[in-house]
Amino acid sequence: MPPKPHLALLAALLFAFGVQHFSDQFNPYYLDVLTGIGINVILAVSLNLVNGYTGQFSLGHAGFMSVGAYLSAAVTLYFAPRWFGEDGGTAWQEGGLFLMALLAGGLSAAFAGLLVGVPSLRLKGDYLALVTLGFGEIIRVTFQNVESLGGALGLNGIPPYTTIFWVLAFVAITIFVVTCLVNSTYGRGFLATRDDEIASEAVGLNTTRYKIVAFVIGAFFAGIAGGLYGHFKLTITPTGFDFTKSIEIVVMVILGGMGNTLGVILAAILLTLLPEVLRPVAEYRMVLYSFLLIVLMLARPQGLFNFKFGKSKA
Amino acid sequence: MLRITDLSVSYGAISALDGISFAIEQGAIVTLIGGNGAGKTTTLRTISGLLRPKAGRIEFLGEDITKLRPHQIVARGLCHVPEGRMIFSNLTVDENLAMGAYLQSDDELIARNRDYVFSIFPRLKERIRQMAGTLSGGEQQMLAIGRALMGNPKFLMLDEPSLGIAPRLISTIFEKIVEINQQHGITILLVEQNANLALEVSRTAYVLETGHIVMQGESKQLRTDPQLKATYLGG
Ligand SMILES: Nc1ncnc2c1ncn2[C@@H]1O[C@H](COP(=O)(O)OP(=O)(O)O)[C@@H](O)[C@H]1O
Ligand SMILES: [Mg+2]
Repeated sequence: MPPKPHLALLAALLFAFGVQHFSDQFNPYYLDVLTGIGINVILAVSLNLVNGYTGQFSLGHAGFMSVGAYLSAAVTLYFAPRWFGEDGGTAWQEGGLFLMALLAGGLSAAFAGLLVGVPSLRLKGDYLALVTLGFGEIIRVTFQNVESLGGALGLNGIPPYTTIFWVLAFVAITIFVVTCLVNSTYGRGFLATRDDEIASEAVGLNTTRYKIVAFVIGAFFAGIAGGLYGHFKLTITPTGFDFTKSIEIVVMVILGGMGNTLGVILAAILLTLLPEVLRPVAEYRMVLYSFLLIVLMLARPQGLFNFKFGKSKA
Repeated sequence: MLRITDLSVSYGAISALDGISFAIEQGAIVTLIGGNGAGKTTTLRTISGLLRPKAGRIEFLGEDITKLRPHQIVARGLCHVPEGRMIFSNLTVDENLAMGAYLQSDDELIARNRDYVFSIFPRLKERIRQMAGTLSGGEQQMLAIGRALMGNPKFLMLDEPSLGIAPRLISTIFEKIVEINQQHGITILLVEQNANLALEVSRTAYVLETGHIVMQGESKQLRTDPQLKATYLGG
């Protein structure tokens, strides 16, 4: 953690603003790739709080992402025409609405996280993985059958509110929140819960509460990522959030070294760039993921990017 | 100080404790000995709230704590050093101690307890920034005891502190246990398979066998008991 995390966050937000200011001068393709990377970094860093630092195995991250994507798209689709009419609003008005929509998406994903987490986090390891996997599928099928949310066709015509500023800003905020949390006195409880639940309870920690807190915060940022994704792709369908997306994020966390934020960021960047580089063979992407995962499990069970930077946690 | 009445615990259909009763006076070192699978760990985990009893009652300082959650029990000054040196291996020595003081809010008291832990286990001070997982077995046991002391206990329960530790360190650790009891007035319940050592440092002893207390008395007398000698004292 940098010595002054608040200053680092401020610098990152200013940087995001600067990139936004000069964004006309970049190749739009690179900006799109950067946006994709940013969204995956948010997903991976937030899942790392649950799967890495707290040692729970969630397979439901894409489900929470879809809750955020649908809810925030519903907010902008409803309010934008009523408030701004045909011509759209000013940049500030649209930014304000977007922020509201993102928060609505994040909060509803967090609420979904609470609903899933409270009953299931009393379960151990494999059961939790199954329950979260089931949850993701239930969410997907639900969206598929709700006509007002577009059913199987999904939602279209979502306003293009996702700019590089919002992406970079939420990347910075996600990293800031997760890093500050796990390095705080309160946050050591996440690592303690992962290291040994019985010992944690024996010193007086409520491990179930820690797991739920990690789960809810993770779901919140997955929801934010979903909102950014929807307003970037401009159309969302239930199949975009099936369990292969969850697995993709889990792979980033494992590849980065569970509970190692820097490693997870690097893995998210690498795994987003790889399909871009391998565009001609993009249909083999999942094969490549599976292959990487197997190679990794055999060669580096501690994670590809698990270097020991001073006092590493992994 | 601690009174257990007719305590029964089972894992599913398997009964592990079958109506045991005992009482421990303030200031004592009491030991609970018994072979592997006798129910010693189960007893400690039930007292500290990690397991729910099927029947029976646990009173601490006159209060019924049978239904309390582990953190509420720790908050009342009853701390548990779990079996098998369950330290937080990915946290440093210092962070492990800080976790032990998780429920403490008085910074002065925390600092005093920390100094006290370092005074009885100077080795921990030398390794303060080291990851706990890299400590030796004996050092991890010291850390587990130190971590429990950070919870400012009135009553300390130790589950087989001699397990898997170099013989040289075992005697050090037992000396420290006596020191904690005598200098700090902390009442101790010591669970051991190593009956010789446990009877040497304790005042009273209970012998547990497949979920029943089969013998109890002054440790001094039990040490010479022919039946006990044959079963637990290797001779
Ligand atoms: N988690 C568990 N599930 C089922 N049975 C258990 C479990 N833990 C202990 N037991 C059983 O309960 C009995 C007492 O075990 P334990 O309290 O660990 O004994 P001790 O600590 O004296 O060696 C044993 O028969 C053991 O097999
Ligand atoms: Mg045991």
